[in-house]
This record gives sequence, C-alpha cells and structure tokens, in this order.
Amino acid sequence: MDFLQTLKIALRALRTNKMRSFLTMLGIIIGIAAVIAMMAVGSGASYVISQQIASIGSNIILVLPGSTTSGGLRSGMGGAQTLTSDDVRAIMTECPSVETSAPTVRSSGLAVFGNMNWSTVIMGTTPELFDIREWAVVSGRGIGQQDVDSAAKVCLLGQTVAENLFGSADPVGKIIRLKKVPFTVIGLLDRKGQSPQGQDQDDSIFVPLRTAQRNLVRSQNTNTVGAVMVKARSEALLAKAEEEINSLLKQRHRITNGKEPDFSTRNLSEILAVAEQSSKAMSLLLGAVASISLIVGGIGIMNIMLVSVTERTREIGIRMAIGARKNDILLQFMTEAVLLTMIGGLIGIALGAGGATVVSKFLSWPTLISIQSITIAFFFSGAVGIFFGFYPARKAAGLNPIDALRYE
Amino acid sequence: MNRVISLTDIRRVFIMGDQQFEALKGISFSVAAGEFVAIMGASGSGKSTCMNLLGCLDRPTSGEYLLDGLDVGGMDVNQLADIRNKKLGFVFQGFNLLARTPAVENVELPLVYAGLSSKERRVKALEAMNQVGLGGKEENHPSQLSGGQQQRVAIARALVNSPAVILADEPTGNLDSHTSEEIMNLFTDLNRRGITIIMVTHEADVAAYAGRRITFKDGRIISDSQSVSASLPGQKA
Repeated sequence: MDFLQTLKIALRALRTNKMRSFLTMLGIIIGIAAVIAMMAVGSGASYVISQQIASIGSNIILVLPGSTTSGGLRSGMGGAQTLTSDDVRAIMTECPSVETSAPTVRSSGLAVFGNMNWSTVIMGTTPELFDIREWAVVSGRGIGQQDVDSAAKVCLLGQTVAENLFGSADPVGKIIRLKKVPFTVIGLLDRKGQSPQGQDQDDSIFVPLRTAQRNLVRSQNTNTVGAVMVKARSEALLAKAEEEINSLLKQRHRITNGKEPDFSTRNLSEILAVAEQSSKAMSLLLGAVASISLIVGGIGIMNIMLVSVTERTREIGIRMAIGARKNDILLQFMTEAVLLTMIGGLIGIALGAGGATVVSKFLSWPTLISIQSITIAFFFSGAVGIFFGFYPARKAAGLNPIDALRYE
Repeated sequence: MNRVISLTDIRRVFIMGDQQFEALKGISFSVAAGEFVAIMGASGSGKSTCMNLLGCLDRPTSGEYLLDGLDVGGMDVNQLADIRNKKLGFVFQGFNLLARTPAVENVELPLVYAGLSSKERRVKALEAMNQVGLGGKEENHPSQLSGGQQQRVAIARALVNSPAVILADEPTGNLDSHTSEEIMNLFTDLNRRGITIIMVTHEADVAAYAGRRITFKDGRIISDSQSVSASLPGQKA
C-alpha cells in the first residue's frame, strides 16, 4: 500500500470530523506556539546581551577608585580619587597578563556649537581606550599620544552628540565649546548603542586625558584619574590579570591584609556572562513550561485517537477482511495522528512567530526566531504524534477481524 | 477435477473461561471451480464458524484446509491477509462499505492493499462496476445508493481482484424480496461466467439458486445435496 494512499485516507478521516480534528490539534497548536514564542523572546534577550558584550569590547577589567562594598559609609566612586596616572602606567608595565590599559576622567557639562547646546558626558582618556573598547572613528581622526602629551584642545564626538549639535552636517574641523573652553572636533566615533546598564554610549565626548585633567575637572591633584579600563591578553588570562592588578595596587597603595582596599576591580565580561546565563536559564524554564502543554496536547491526541479507533472498528474490520495487513492499519492510524500533530505544529509555528513579532513590535522587546527553533518545533510535534499515536494505532492493528466486522 | 476448496476433518474449539465449546466437530467437503454452493443451517449450527474459516479470518483448531492448492492452516496473520486479498472476495449481509467514500473507491479498496497503481485500480474497478450493472454510479457515496445498489458495490468489490472464490454471508439478509431476487440473479449470472461462489443463508428460497446445498447442524454436515463429481460448472438447480 503506497504512502500517498495512506495519506489520502488519513486526510479524509480528519476532514470527516473537522471540528473534532481542530479541537484535538488545539493543544498542539498552543504548545508549539508557546515554545516558539518563548524561544524567540529568550534568544532575543540573549542576543541583546551578547551584542552588549561585543559593544564593551572583549576581555575587559574595570578598575574603580574608592571602595565599593563595605558595611559603613563610603566616599563614592569619583570622590575618592585614589588612582593616579602612575598607577595606570604601573599596571601596563608590571602586570604580565595585561595587554593595555586606559585611564578615564569623567565629567559632565554643556557642549555648545553656534546656537545649539547639548548636555553630555565628557571623558578624558588616552588613545588606548579606543582599542580596548574596539571603537572606531568613522570620520576625521582619533586622539593621538601627542594630543595627550600636549594637552591639545581637541575632541571626538559620539553619534548622539553630533546629531544634536550638528544634525546631519559633518562636525569634523568645527569648533565647539565645552564648559566654555573652545575645542576643535577632530573626529566622529562609530555608533555603539546601549551599554548593558541601558545608557546611550554614543551620548559622550572624548578629549585627551591631560586636557580633561587641566581644563575640565576641578581637582587639587591633576594627576588623579577616574575609572581605568584594562584589557587582558586573552580571555583565559582575565582572572589572572585581575589578580595581578589587585596585588600590584594593594602594594602601591600600602594596603596590608585585612584592610579595606581603596579601589575595586570589576570583570565586565563575567558580569555579562552571568546575565546571559540567567537569561538562558529563563528561556529554558519557559520552554519547559511550554513543553508541558505539548504533553497535555499529546494526551488529547491519544484520547481522540482511541475514540476514533473504537468508532471505526467496523471500518478496520472491513479493511482487514479485504486484505489489509496489521502494519497497513497501524500505519494508517499513525499517519492520522502524526498528520494531526504536524498540521497543529505548523499552525503553532505560524502563531508563535506571529506572536513574537507582535511582542517585539509593541513591547519593543527584541525577539529572534531561528530556523533551528522552527525545525525543532516541527519535528517535535511530529514526534508527539508518533509517541501518542502509537498506542491507539497498535490497538487498531491488533483487532480481530471477525469481532471488528461484527462490531455495532 | 480442479478443487478450489478442500476441507479435511476440520475442528474448531472455542475456549471461554474454563468451558470448551466445539463449534465444528470434524467436517470435510470440497468445492470445485465454478460451483455455486449454499451453506445452510440454523443459528448455532456452525455455518458461520465454517464461513470464517473459509474466509481465512479464523484458523481451525485441527484439520487441513487447502485453498486453491495452498495449505492455509499454517499461515501467519499477514499471510492470511494476503490470501484474503488475492484469493477471496467477501460479500456481507450489512454491505460493509466505507461511508463517505465514493463507490468506485470502495471497489478499489482491495487493489489498494494489493499495491496496484491508481490508474490500474481505476480501470479494474470500473470494469467490475460495469459487470454488476452500476455503470454511472462511480462517484456516489453509499448513503446515496439503495440497498440493492450498495450490495452491488460490495459484489463489485469482491470481484475486482479476480478471486478464486466469492464468499457471501447472508447477502440478501438486509434486502426486500424483489431486490433479493435481483441480487441472486446477479450471483447466478456471475456463476455462469465461471465464478465460484459459496453463500451462507438460512432461507431455503435463496439457497435454491445455488447448485449445491450443504446443511449444518450442531457442528456437523447433515446433508450435501450433490457430490463434488456430480456438480458441474455453471449448473443451476
């Protein structure tokens, strides 16, 4: 008996009870739609996180002045001013696992160009920062070492700042005023997007470190720096680099064992890896909940198939009498069950994908529907049909033709 | 003499709980090609059990059954299914057609399980339907046909695979007397063309169409109207 004929018989049987077939399918439709939607939302979230990891740059350790965790009061991150340019130089030369490091000085203020103004973050830094952050200049040039050495009044603009001050015009070569001090715009930075903390990284202006220390930050000691970004030689050396920095700075700051250090280090990739892992665990959990509804749907299929076998006992008897083998009957009912679940699966995939798109559009939550998840969902729905269709089909195939023919 | 069916000392014992019931107590007869045999008897006489055995739907407890020269007794269920498909044609009292299925597809059904292509199936099915006088009713569903027409569809289905024997179980049981006569005339007509028919009935006037009548009582044959040698193909009572 050819497969096409089996398929035809199964389709006819499903068409005979349209309403019942649809209701039976509904369990699978809901289950598959839930799985697809959950996987789309989950992988959308981890996609965003991995994008953010990439936007920070890889293998980065952040060294912050001041203490971060202590029972009592703390002076605050910027206020402590415990890190100096010498510390940064020492980290670069004395820690073998560190590839490079860049100090930053952070300030906020008003940027003015013509009659436009924009309040933003002004960062003083060295050329290394842009290597560490993997942040390219799309127009003009970047900050060079000679700019830092000579404390040149030049600056790089982030995309958001450029848009707000210049619109679509090219800012390179123009002169803007930062905190009333005139600066020449030498370059425009590439678009970076949101940071993991949700800040717009493009809403910032970069100036040479020494320029910032002299002109923008009011401080007694112009040698102090804010946060320091350190890049380890490789991902494997991240933890080692962090250790080396810790012991080096403790030694330099004369912090003996048991005393609270006046700085802290943070491994950004690690924080994000944890975030990514928890988002993965979340989507796994959602997937597990969704697959429970698939199992419930499968039981519904089995239930209806058992009813169908009983209802069609006489038909089975006729088919056996005129020469259907056990396997022909088995295959016929299996085909019916698998067809039910696969059609349900396809509808569910369409609904789930549609639902995910609606969610991403109206809740501005990123979703990602992968071919992989669609394929898995499709074959899983087929597997549900095979698993839950087997028992009823075997029951049908095991009928005695004489009894089946006599069944009223 | 070409014997299509040969039964030798067939017994069939049913075991229900700890009780044994011997439905057939050692029966023997044979049927030659082209015969039209009526099996008669009251209910409980064993005629239905015998029909199930002849139809390869059941297997004897002991004894030998040769169908078209093949020993059917030792076959497994799949082999029996193939035998039913290729050597036998069934006509039932209740027609037993598939509902919501066009007549022609009902007739094609045995050929589906025989593995024929849809083209071959359609040609043979139309031929069989013409043979029983149902030309033009191919696409009608059973519910759109009269009882007599439904039984004709069933007969066409039984004929379509050119079986060695047609087994009819009370074929006129659900029909009025006029339609019964039509159906019996069709059987007689088919028999004249050389088709072997074995029919179970408890009505004497229906049995009268058959060339040979075998009567069962309490699991034994009590009378056989003609010996095998005296029965000739196409002979009518």
